[in-house]
Amino acid sequence: MTIPALTVTHLSRLFNVSAPWLNRVIERKPKAYLRAVDDISFSVPSGGCLSLVGESGCGKSTVARLVTGLYTPTNGQMQFANGKNGKPLAAQMIFQDPYASLNPRWRVFDIIAEPLRELKLRETDAEITERVGELLTTVGLAPRDGRKFPHEFSGGQRQRISIARALATEPEFLVCDEPTSALDVSVQAQILNLMRRLQDEMGLTYLFISHDMSVVRHMSDQIAVMYLGRIVEQAATEVLFANPKHPYTQLLLETIPNVTDPKRDREVQSGEVPSPMKPPSGCTFHPRCPQADARCAAERPEMQAYSDGSRVACHRVAETMAALAVPLVGERRLSA
Amino acid sequence: MTVNPSSPSLFARTRQSDLWYSFTRQRSAVFAAVLLAVLIISAFTAPLYAPQNPFDPAQLELWNAEIPPIWLEGGQWPYLLGTDTQGRDILSAILYGSRISILIGIASVVFALLIGIGSGLAAGYYGGFVENALMRVGDILLSIPTILIAILVSAIVRELLPPALRDVGAAGVLVLAIVLSGWVQYARTVRAQTAVERRKEYVQAAQLLKVPARRIMFSHILPNTLTPILVAATLNFGMAILTEATLSFLGIGMPPSQPSLGTLIRLGNQFLFSGMWWIVLFPVLQLCLLVVSVNLLGDWLRDALNPKLR
Ligand SMILES: Nc1ncnc2c1ncn2[C@@H]1O[C@H](COP(=O)(O)OP(=O)(O)O)[C@@H](O)[C@H]1O
Ligand code: SF4
Ligand SMILES: [Mg+2]
Repeated sequence: MTIPALTVTHLSRLFNVSAPWLNRVIERKPKAYLRAVDDISFSVPSGGCLSLVGESGCGKSTVARLVTGLYTPTNGQMQFANGKNGKPLAAQMIFQDPYASLNPRWRVFDIIAEPLRELKLRETDAEITERVGELLTTVGLAPRDGRKFPHEFSGGQRQRISIARALATEPEFLVCDEPTSALDVSVQAQILNLMRRLQDEMGLTYLFISHDMSVVRHMSDQIAVMYLGRIVEQAATEVLFANPKHPYTQLLLETIPNVTDPKRDREVQSGEVPSPMKPPSGCTFHPRCPQADARCAAERPEMQAYSDGSRVACHRVAETMAALAVPLVGERRLSA
Repeated sequence: MTVNPSSPSLFARTRQSDLWYSFTRQRSAVFAAVLLAVLIISAFTAPLYAPQNPFDPAQLELWNAEIPPIWLEGGQWPYLLGTDTQGRDILSAILYGSRISILIGIASVVFALLIGIGSGLAAGYYGGFVENALMRVGDILLSIPTILIAILVSAIVRELLPPALRDVGAAGVLVLAIVLSGWVQYARTVRAQTAVERRKEYVQAAQLLKVPARRIMFSHILPNTLTPILVAATLNFGMAILTEATLSFLGIGMPPSQPSLGTLIRLGNQFLFSGMWWIVLFPVLQLCLLVVSVNLLGDWLRDALNPKLR
């Protein structure tokens, strides 16, 4: 196996969500913290794609912002491999909201030229103009689109502009935080195809984030399923879809809209996602889990590796698949 | 920010913009803009054509005193609006006085904008202690009426300034007094908008490129906060002129040697009951025209830039 582009170990992030000091004093409330990311470990294969999936609010975007350095971790390490220039890789990001991610007062030309100027990748105005035109063409727009303002484009086109801006930095590692979730289904496919093409042509490594299992299936080599700030299952894409082990993964797969039978019961996703402020005891999934028992409410399940290369944190899986368990060491500890 | 070479010129873009369209549709806005332009240009070109320089005692002749406006009996060319008790031409005094009023208005808006935008950006962007400190200072200043602040400031500064400089420093004291309470509104507006903008993803994209914070604030965030600021600044320009007039009327503003509109009104007020109504009425009218045209323009701008009203 190649060296991973990124290795993350025991990463955690707390947010201080306390009321303002004066309110706390008056109402005698203690400080409050929210554990958005709770002790997660994974690694992203170089040139490959690891996807994080999970419902909204489970901490995916926080992981993305930790990896790109926008947030500082409360705990844990992130280790980037060295890039082509010998220095550690720097992650660039494609954002979820195509409206908020482009400055409405800037022309597209200036938006894409900013990285070139900021990182001094091109010297003269002529070189910058040429490179911006090239990038616009790469993502399927025309060089003259640079004259326009972001509001003159559709959501899909804006996402292409976002991609062009990220490509301007000549990145080797891209974090894509739900890049298609705000788009129409037909446009989603175009953007995903563009991203796959760019990965093949430029050898990019992706950390891909989505709440949509069907999107993830087409992008990823590895999938990590998150629930309330923790990874509950990680496996190669085929393994995960063929043989989902964690009850939460099974639930996510059952709720993928089915083209052949759209009326199939999608109510399985019963129950509210608990607040990350007050996570349930033991296995945080137990209030929603059809297989939960007393142990699940009391004892937090540890991550366990299995012989098909997957890692799962579930008491039930550990009991029924004990024969297939393998030690959680070395490579397996992180990526299976 | 360089603009792509082939982009349309500023003039062409202005002609095509929604703002220009809304402007040409709105009679009161056009009227206010024309009126304001006339008032400002006439005030600043006054030395070219005014019958006298009312600040220059050598040009005042006592036998020209107390002449009524030209259309009344006893009216005399070139004193169109009459003269005061010292032989000062009222029209010239109004034009020169408007110049001082307008300059003080502009200076106080500009300085208040600089302080308000700078502190608002820093407070909104960094949050935490910087934000709390700045905003509490603002709260305190806002809880004291502008006039009171101005009286306090001018009293203190006048004590500190040597007598020779008191008249010269009067304009500076007025500006300082108006700025002191004026910047808070800008700071609050900019802070609130900045706190929203800095969480947006385009700001994070710039942060990823390690763009320095100062540049993120000024070239990314500031342009997105300017709309409400532009409206507030226009309306405050009118307010500043009025505040200046009030202070000068109360005798703590511009001295009679350099009268602003407020000073002229104060001086003229004494002669209202001796029948020389023109000494006070015309400066009052000029002040009204100035403030009304600024406010009309500000009101139109507020509506035109408010997306909810379109
Ligand atoms: N800056 C922040 N301050 C406080 N809480 C936050 C912050 N960012 C995220 N959170 C909280 O952390 C949790 C995870 O959020 P997020 O990472 O955005 O989830 P996802 O991207 O999976 O929807 C949510 O409960 C969210 O409210
Ligand atoms: S540990 Fe228990 S509650 Fe948690 S997923 Fe497994 S069976 Fe369900
Ligand atoms: Mg998210």
